[in-house]
Amino acid sequence: MIFFWAFVVGGLICVIGQIMFDVFKLSPAHTLSILVIAGAVLDGVGLYEPLIDFAGAGATVPITSFGNSLVHGAMQEAEKHGLIGVVTGMFEVTSAGISAAIIFGVIGAIIFRPKG
Amino acid sequence: MGDKKKQKLQPNQQRYQAFQQKREIKRPIFKNCIKAFLIGGLICLIGQLISTFYIYQFNFTEKTAGNPTVATLIFITMLLTGFGIYDRIAQFAGAGSAVPVTGFGNAVISSAIEYRSEGFILGVGSNMLKLAGPVIVYGVFSAFIVAIIKTILTQWGGF
Amino acid sequence: MLKGHQSWIFENRPSILSTGTVGGPFEAKGKIPEAFDILHEDMWINQDSWEKAQQKMLEEAIQTTLKKGRIEKENVEFLIAGDLINQMTPTSFAASTSSIPFLGTFSACATSMESLALAASIINAKGANYILCAASSHNAATEKQFRYPTEYGGQKPPTSQWTVTGAGCALVAQNGNGPSITSATIGKVTDMGMTDPFNMGGAMAIAAADTIEAHFRDMQIDPSYYDLIITGDLGHVGREVSLDLLHDRNIPIDADKYVDCGIAIYREDQPVLAGGSGAACSAIVTYGHFLQEVMKGNLKRILVAATGSLHSTLSIQQKDPIPCIAHAVSIEARGEHI
Repeated sequence: MIFFWAFVVGGLICVIGQIMFDVFKLSPAHTLSILVIAGAVLDGVGLYEPLIDFAGAGATVPITSFGNSLVHGAMQEAEKHGLIGVVTGMFEVTSAGISAAIIFGVIGAIIFRPKG
Repeated sequence: MGDKKKQKLQPNQQRYQAFQQKREIKRPIFKNCIKAFLIGGLICLIGQLISTFYIYQFNFTEKTAGNPTVATLIFITMLLTGFGIYDRIAQFAGAGSAVPVTGFGNAVISSAIEYRSEGFILGVGSNMLKLAGPVIVYGVFSAFIVAIIKTILTQWGGF
Repeated sequence: MLKGHQSWIFENRPSILSTGTVGGPFEAKGKIPEAFDILHEDMWINQDSWEKAQQKMLEEAIQTTLKKGRIEKENVEFLIAGDLINQMTPTSFAASTSSIPFLGTFSACATSMESLALAASIINAKGANYILCAASSHNAATEKQFRYPTEYGGQKPPTSQWTVTGAGCALVAQNGNGPSITSATIGKVTDMGMTDPFNMGGAMAIAAADTIEAHFRDMQIDPSYYDLIITGDLGHVGREVSLDLLHDRNIPIDADKYVDCGIAIYREDQPVLAGGSGAACSAIVTYGHFLQEVMKGNLKRILVAATGSLHSTLSIQQKDPIPCIAHAVSIEARGEHI
């Protein structure tokens, strides 16, 4: 069942992105930034975790999860160290996406040439 | 916002834009949304399969399987981007391939590959986050605001 | 000579002695592969950057033109050329290797006809015996500068256009047996407040209509004078908008006689959306295709109105509208002019 909901929820988040592209004529950078902010806010009000429990990768694979895990990292540290933890804990949970993208980006630049 | 922008236009500009808009090829919004749903859903489904694989094979938990799943998806994205396939998928899928982390990966990796001709430091290094940068910047900043508010409310507000 | 407000008549009939066109792999699969003197199988053309590949194509176009015209480059007084890439360095480098005195021109995708009009004007005034004029563009170099990295997955809307990879060059001379350049109309920059860089055809249509209208007014002729009126790279959207605009202004152009280089260059089943664009588009299709038709006698008189959108990535990010321009040049078969 989790596979079904992963497909449906993930697909629906992408449909929201598509509507932002086509109806509001936003650029990909604008669209993705707004989705990330939406993810952070949803986690702030405590809605994103239940969505992950419900849809699994349907909620963790879209870029919205990036905002969610940034808030999570910040909150974990904040519980231990107070307000300063908000700044220091930010990347605690999210590092995977960014470090993977940077590492594979450099490797890609070494081994590939753009095809045009 | 649209109205405010229009008010600054001269009457002849407004007339021309209306004239032009009538003849513009419209974006097939409904069709695009269906395609985005199918491909976006498919990518998330693949993510779920990868994460299930990590949970059963390597003793990850539901919570910790997220990171290796993301890394694996971005690795696959590197291959698809390098072989010139990802941009073709994207012309079909639109947001379906842009919104998942693979789209984030593609933004970083395609910039890195493209600017190789300007060298590794000023080309690859400086331009790698050209497209994905705003996502990181506003992700971090909005998370900062949200977390500050939440911390203040829980620690001092007594919630 | 000046005629009307913004047109020149070339009474000494400068002639197009020879042309050279170069294209890439995508153009080879297009509608008019026979229009190219050289077709490359590889987007890189054995260079290590897209920009160098563009430079190489321009050099080849210049060499081919000289060879076909049987003229040594030492006898050519001027090279008038331009392109779209950062301060048009590909053209400057190509001008440096050819070592012909060089005038750089920029009208984005209308550079081809700006160069041709200036060359004809200088030749007409006996300011030179031979002038080369050229324009070039490269799909990947243009994508990289104006849009996204080539491998980035951004979905393009149906109004966007495909930049032509190639270069086109023409040799203009005092006399010769080639088709003559009889007149030219220099366009004004139009600004209709259009801001979508993925709909350049729609933005440029008014520039094309303005220049074509000005040409008929200045020359005191009507559209039936020409066998074909050719626009630069308006694509499907811009062609329709400009044709309707001209009809609205009571300029009766036959839809069959109103063609666009951006539509003529690719087949309908190629993924080019609204059509081709780029500085090379009008240069290649005019020099490689329509001019050959004039030489074969299939066409007697043509008017080429190349269109360009003059925005930069900076102006788009600062939310400025897209300024557009069109320049028209009239080309007639030998002995056809009045």
